[in-house]
Amino acid sequence: MTAESEQKSDQVISIENLSLTFQTSDAPVHALADIDLQVEQGAFVSLIGPSGCGKTTLLRVIADLETPTSGAISVNGVTPHEARLQRAYGYVFQAASLYPWRNIAKNVALPLEIMSLPKAERERRIKANLELVDLAGFEKKYPWQLSGGMQQRASIARALAVEPALLLMDEPFGALDEIVRDHLNEQLLQLWAKTSKTVVFVTHSIPEAVFLSTHIVVMSPRPGRIHEIIVNDLPAERTLDVRETPEFLQIANRVRAGLRASHSYDDIT
Amino acid sequence: MKSLRGALVLIATVAAAIALIAGLWIGPLISVAAFIALFVSCQCGFSLLRTDPMDANSSVVWQDRAIVIAMLSFGTVFGSYVLLHQLGIFESADSPEPGFAFYSLVVSIWALGWLLVEWLADIDSRRGFVRRILGVVIPVLFGAGLLMLWEVLTRALDVPQVLLPSPSAIAERFGNSLSVLWADFKQTFLKAVLIGYAMGCGSGFLIAILIDRSPFLQRGLLPVGNLVSALPIVGIAPIMVMWFGFDWPSKAAVVVVMTFFPMLVNTISGLAASDHMQLDLMKTYAANYWQNLFKLRLPQAAPFIFNALKINSTLALIGAIVAEFFGTPIVGMGFRISTEVGRMNVDMVWAEIAVAAVAGSCFYGLIALIERMLTFWHPSVRSGR
Amino acid sequence: MTTSPEEARPVVKPKPGKAGPVMVVLLALMMLWYVFTVILNTPWQKDVFKRADNKDWNMVELVKGTMAQERPVLPAPHQVATEIYKTTVQKKITSKRSLIYHSRITLTTALLGFLLGTLLGIALAVAIIHNRALDKSLMPWIIASQTIPILAIAPMIIVVLNAVGIQGLLPKAFISTYLSFFPVAVGMVKGLRSPESSHLDLLRTYNASPSQIFWKLRLPSALPYLFTSMKIAVAIAMVGAIVGELPTGAVAGLGARLLAGSYYGQTIQIWSALIMASILAALLVTLVGLVGAWVQARFGFRETQLSGKGI
Repeated sequence: MTAESEQKSDQVISIENLSLTFQTSDAPVHALADIDLQVEQGAFVSLIGPSGCGKTTLLRVIADLETPTSGAISVNGVTPHEARLQRAYGYVFQAASLYPWRNIAKNVALPLEIMSLPKAERERRIKANLELVDLAGFEKKYPWQLSGGMQQRASIARALAVEPALLLMDEPFGALDEIVRDHLNEQLLQLWAKTSKTVVFVTHSIPEAVFLSTHIVVMSPRPGRIHEIIVNDLPAERTLDVRETPEFLQIANRVRAGLRASHSYDDIT
Repeated sequence: MKSLRGALVLIATVAAAIALIAGLWIGPLISVAAFIALFVSCQCGFSLLRTDPMDANSSVVWQDRAIVIAMLSFGTVFGSYVLLHQLGIFESADSPEPGFAFYSLVVSIWALGWLLVEWLADIDSRRGFVRRILGVVIPVLFGAGLLMLWEVLTRALDVPQVLLPSPSAIAERFGNSLSVLWADFKQTFLKAVLIGYAMGCGSGFLIAILIDRSPFLQRGLLPVGNLVSALPIVGIAPIMVMWFGFDWPSKAAVVVVMTFFPMLVNTISGLAASDHMQLDLMKTYAANYWQNLFKLRLPQAAPFIFNALKINSTLALIGAIVAEFFGTPIVGMGFRISTEVGRMNVDMVWAEIAVAAVAGSCFYGLIALIERMLTFWHPSVRSGR
Repeated sequence: MTTSPEEARPVVKPKPGKAGPVMVVLLALMMLWYVFTVILNTPWQKDVFKRADNKDWNMVELVKGTMAQERPVLPAPHQVATEIYKTTVQKKITSKRSLIYHSRITLTTALLGFLLGTLLGIALAVAIIHNRALDKSLMPWIIASQTIPILAIAPMIIVVLNAVGIQGLLPKAFISTYLSFFPVAVGMVKGLRSPESSHLDLLRTYNASPSQIFWKLRLPSALPYLFTSMKIAVAIAMVGAIVGELPTGAVAGLGARLLAGSYYGQTIQIWSALIMASILAALLVTLVGLVGAWVQARFGFRETQLSGKGI
């Protein structure tokens, strides 16, 4: 992850000098200021920072759910808008956001129906992706009949069903309890290793960021900006035990130091 | 709770005792019924004294309860039978007037009936189907008790027909005028209500979809629609009669106007009910307007739309019936009600009201059933409410 | 990076004012009313011209004529407004031709019935939440009775009460009472049951008595429900009062004005009574809403927002 522009062809996401200001009734809010970020093919990038640092906003800009005020951004070499129309990415929200009137299979089928894929292809992708997230056999269940962890896995399957090369995840495990979260972290890592997708992952958990990522982007609030980018050189094959190793703790400490330096606690309201 | 039951037991006991003593001069049947009522109410009293609320679920208490409920059921049913039987005797020519004993027995049986409901309401079964059966049985018992009391009092006290006919008289009139009732039902419900309802709900829904793309119009129409929903729209009935004539189209027109606004307002609110995350999700799929509408926003709006359909089912009947007060050909539920009231044929009015009640609740029930099938996923349906 | 119109519409984030759109909608409705006035009254007006042997009438004359008929199919808004002005400001309040006289009768009836119905509904709701037997036996009937057109009983109540010698305001008020009683009872039961179990448990840990629980928790949390259902109740009480005036043979009240107007084809009179009734109903609903907001503010609620499904 460097800003060297000669490697542009490899960059899935390229952001230069990007700013976003929200106009509110009392004062403009600088949600993002001077963001520069390059994400390579196959990277697992975590955006971490305190609330209000713009990490979710940045993800939404990449997904074309927000429009930046200034600066340049390209996704897969085109604008985020074009990328969205090409269905170039899968997006996983904080909550599973499954439709309660559709069963699990139908929920995974939703984006495929919108893309007007033929039925056989839809069936294939539903089956493959539910298997990938360990939900085979739950096709006919409705979301409210599943646990929170299973719902979130189903929503990941739904994002993967689009078969995107890029996966955008916005605190997908934030609402889950620690044990389920650990389990899903491990599964996500295996999935990433298997499929070699590029992942941009928003979190506010340091262990999660360090455990999952190849790169950790530490952000700071007011205005939202990138404080530091930490390259995680832990071996790619990781199990949960890696969290006990000194190397892991060392990186975690660097992230924590970065977070601490990036803002003082005084100005938290 | 307990003091209420104590009082009821006391009333039942004292009344039964009086009926027993006074009934000795009237006939054996009243005495037997009074004796049984006395026995049952005393058992209730003992059970009340025995019951320790702290371990209300022990098997002893269960047994006790079952016995009390069985005895109460028997006492009430037998007592009611005796009362009805006795009524028939009183109405024959050369019989004594219903006296003190009779009314005491009525009071006693009434108290026993209430106690039965109290005891049944105590059953707190964890099994779903038992609870569902109780959920039907208790209100039905209550309704039957009320009918019984109505029947006994109107006949025993010789309440004038004009004031309040007895249920049996209403039922008789109902049976004798089936063809008239059917013709009225056809005119008012099958024509005015159903056609007006379909047109009103349909147009409200379509207009809501049409203005869906204009947030400006929505912001303007929502408060106006809400306000209009609260206005006495039935008042347009005389105007509609002038415009569309005496027959059912004018009634259907009133129904159209009455049902239009609730549907419009609810559909607009329902279409706005999807949350940001769901809309963002559709956006990440680059879904077009119609995909978004049919796959997300309409299903999400379904509970709102059904709410309007349910409100409108009642409004439609009211609209059609009241509109008939302003002029009709000589058929229709509202016409029948207003003319029979004029002729003091109150039993026919009650029969017509019974038709309206059954039609109204069946109509509502049907829509509620469809709602349960289509919005099975909604929390309010899932929780079984 | 513009969004093509086929795409999912983003949610409108800030809530812009409603006044502008409402004004535009009302203005549009008014225009529509005028257009229909012209369309609906044209045949009659052409007839008038024909009878007057006026063959060379022009458009302006026609439009003017459609808005100045004595018994138009649809009176123009300004005709109705003039009629209301004439019958309110220019007539003595005691006159039988004064709309204020009639409005007062209907309003008194509706308010009396509404008051009785609300008190009855609240009392019954309190009884229902404190007695299981009542809850299980009576509540289903109350809910079911909301699905039937009880308004149909109105003429009978009037006539029957007349027969036993009760006349005047009370029979009509009874109709408003039983119409407004049901929504209040149902809403109040829902409201009294609305406190979360954690709040109830908290009071239980203080060993609060049932009456303390009622006054300190159940009643305050029922207030939003109560006022929402009272708004429905007052609107329907108004309908009840109007319908209650129909079978007595058009003596007094807005309902009587409607009926008399329909007998004699006085469309302007019908419309002015209708508009008056609507204004009163709107005022009553607004008033209940304001009282509700004030009471709830005193109890420390912020703007209450019950779900769009109502109660």
